[in-house]
Amino acid sequence: MATDGRLLRLAPADNVLIVRQALQPGDIVEVEGVTITVPVRLGLGHKLAAAPIAAGDKVVKYGAPIGRATEDIPVGAHVHIHNVVSDYTPTYALPGEEQEL
Amino acid sequence: MLKGYPRADGRKGIRNIVAVAYLVECAHHVAREIVAPTREDAHVIGFPGCFPNPYAQKMMERLCTHPNVGAVLLVSLGCESFNRRQLEDVVRASGRPVETLVIQQNGGTRTTIAKGRAFVAECIAALAGEEPVPMDVSELVVGTVCGGSDGTSGITGNPAAGLAFDKLVAAGAACIFEETGELIGCEEIMASRAATPALADALRETVAKAARYYDTLGLGSFAAGNADGGLTTIEEKSLGAYMKSGQSQISGIIKPGDLPPRGGLYLMDVVPDGEVRFGFPNISDNAEIVEMMASGAHLTLFVTGRGSVVGSALAPVLKIAANPHMYANLSEDMDVNAGRILNGDTGLEEVADEIYAGVLALASGEKSKSEDLGHTEFILTYKTFEPLGPACLPA
Repeated sequence: MATDGRLLRLAPADNVLIVRQALQPGDIVEVEGVTITVPVRLGLGHKLAAAPIAAGDKVVKYGAPIGRATEDIPVGAHVHIHNVVSDYTPTYALPGEEQEL
Repeated sequence: MLKGYPRADGRKGIRNIVAVAYLVECAHHVAREIVAPTREDAHVIGFPGCFPNPYAQKMMERLCTHPNVGAVLLVSLGCESFNRRQLEDVVRASGRPVETLVIQQNGGTRTTIAKGRAFVAECIAALAGEEPVPMDVSELVVGTVCGGSDGTSGITGNPAAGLAFDKLVAAGAACIFEETGELIGCEEIMASRAATPALADALRETVAKAARYYDTLGLGSFAAGNADGGLTTIEEKSLGAYMKSGQSQISGIIKPGDLPPRGGLYLMDVVPDGEVRFGFPNISDNAEIVEMMASGAHLTLFVTGRGSVVGSALAPVLKIAANPHMYANLSEDMDVNAGRILNGDTGLEEVADEIYAGVLALASGEKSKSEDLGHTEFILTYKTFEPLGPACLPA
């Protein structure tokens, strides 16, 4: 299945693809054979669903889980903090402290 | 063909450098002046502190007997606490020519520089007559670090370096990754790659120790700026750094100065043991490279997004540019352009093959960009470590 050259698959088991070059709203991209119209600007490094991800399923990048979906995510949708939550229970936290890293 | 200089301990060096080691900052200028006429063949290393530190002693012993080192000159002021006799004994026992010059016993700066230059010139002439012997990939120790990271590091340079590590481990080399503070959130995934269940527990504990240490220092973990760059969770961010380690089984944990007992993949636990004492674990990228060398790394892979230009004394650094725009700007300093993955015409495998070939070329005597440019950065500061736990090394 064809996938747009502007998207990058990091590992075979991944269900997300990485944006290589910024995509603008209205851009047409092909994701695993499905044609998608990009709804919002997606910067370098952002993720699109490579396959449907059901609510509660693991989001897999680098072949490893990076969290789980909080809602059903269709192919080509933006995968980010609005629909993914961390599985990691921090053993430490610095509440209220925001730093540029 | 890989070429190595055979050493008495069985290891082989891919360089044959004279190490000129200052034993306190007060002797640094004299050491620098000694190597000035012969900077390609003699490199300055040293420890700046006046007060004794077992970690620094061990590091200097390991560095002065690094396989890339063929001879050693120690430069002491005279009144510092560093145990120069023990260091000289260790170097002599390794079969290397060694001399100690104490500035206070040699009439001061000028005469010490003159004596030092004479010894170094003698050593360089003797080393030039040594013929390297064939060396196998399985005899290599390779480290990896990342620095000046940006949003591209985790999707181009680090995964490509990880694939190159997989090839090196498969060929029998010992590979070392580190930065336990950047592995917070992927300790379970890392533990699942451990050779034994006890090692898995030890891997988890190294990350927990790093989390406690950085917490005390007041460093944050995941911030709004990360989300802007497309990172969604802490585990995703950590995985970007973790990708440098590749997919191989993890054979063990070492601490700075511990030598990998055989080929395989090792995590270096760089965060000090005990209470927080001397500040940041590693104050800059070269401190990490120095620890890799102390554990025997013949060379180090350095993935950079923003564009670090450093090299290292003693052991070559292979610079991997993660960001294609930075590469265009700093290509004279970069050995590999992993950023071209983002142009859509190159895959990770192709870049990994280029990194692997670059490692073999450096181990065959070719120079890296930073070597060619004369970079010989070096920094060593205070730390405290306890010995390794029983489960850390392969049986």
